[in-house]
Amino acid sequence: MYVIIAGGGKVGWNLARELIDKGEEVTLIEGDRRRYLVIEQELEHAVQYGDATELWVLERAGIQRADLVIAVTGDDEDNMLVCQVAKEKYLVDRIIARVNNPRNLQHFKLLGIQPAVSATDLILRLIEHEVPRYGLVHLLALEEERLEIIELEVQPGSPAAGQRVMDVNLPEGCLIISVLRGGDGFVPKADTVIEGGDEVLLVLDPGLEDQITPFFTAQA
Amino acid sequence: MFVLIVGAGRVGSAVAKSALLAGHEVSVLDEDPLSHERLDAGLDGTWEDRGGRFTVGTALEIDALLEAGIEQADAFLCATDGDNTNLVIAQIAARRFKVPRVIVRVMDPYRAAWYAEQGLETISPTAHAIDMFEKALDL
Repeated sequence: MYVIIAGGGKVGWNLARELIDKGEEVTLIEGDRRRYLVIEQELEHAVQYGDATELWVLERAGIQRADLVIAVTGDDEDNMLVCQVAKEKYLVDRIIARVNNPRNLQHFKLLGIQPAVSATDLILRLIEHEVPRYGLVHLLALEEERLEIIELEVQPGSPAAGQRVMDVNLPEGCLIISVLRGGDGFVPKADTVIEGGDEVLLVLDPGLEDQITPFFTAQA
Repeated sequence: MFVLIVGAGRVGSAVAKSALLAGHEVSVLDEDPLSHERLDAGLDGTWEDRGGRFTVGTALEIDALLEAGIEQADAFLCATDGDNTNLVIAQIAARRFKVPRVIVRVMDPYRAAWYAEQGLETISPTAHAIDMFEKALDL
């Protein structure tokens, strides 16, 4: 696989190193001359100097034959545009973009750039996962495949509490895939009884959240 | 016509003043509060006295665009000093806010050409400079 990485910061450099170790062909593009010279000591010909948002720099790196383009500069606009031209002009199969400011995630989506990964957002989700009082937590969104994985707390007294999995009348397009109870997680069977205080993971079609939440919420 | 201009540098501020003096409604967005001085320069009275609007903020922040009036804009001009910023906010204006006319400055002539093919109205000062130098030398 041929991978082009835009941005030789900590993320880009370490990614390049890991991918090269896995036997992939990698070109890293770094626009800061001094940073480039430091990286070049280690990666040699696998790093090129230039502004990865310029088309000729991408073409020099061989973007026409790239299987994957990863944009991980510290600048969200740069990451959006590198991925946009990779996808729309050079028809690269797969792109991955880094989002520095999670507020910019909406712009990545608007420009059709998927997946867009935000470290800040991932850490926020981990915090929500650790602190279940937030209620519903989105753990993973597979946008292309149109699937989501969410986590929910089963409130005591909710319709699902005390029911077997098969008896919880969830809508079409969702499935309970895991139960977390007392610090352990397990995959439930149809006759597993869900208890109040459990946390459940569900895989679902996007947009079903509002229909699902009431099953796990205690009625007022 | 209501014109929203992002970037009050030499180009943005000059076009803003021309548009205001031509009788248009003009709103300018820039992240640097001091850029306001460029808008005042050469006017009788301040920019606001003459009816202009000025908002401090970055154009990637939707709140700043809303405050600057993007929902009412008939024309949206991207004239910040960054090509990539201009190209991203131009697409936000066109796709998300459906601004009828979006014009974007792109220094890099190659990207200006490609984005023009994709339907953006681009202006490349670099391409103009190349053209003029070539004409000056009869190339």
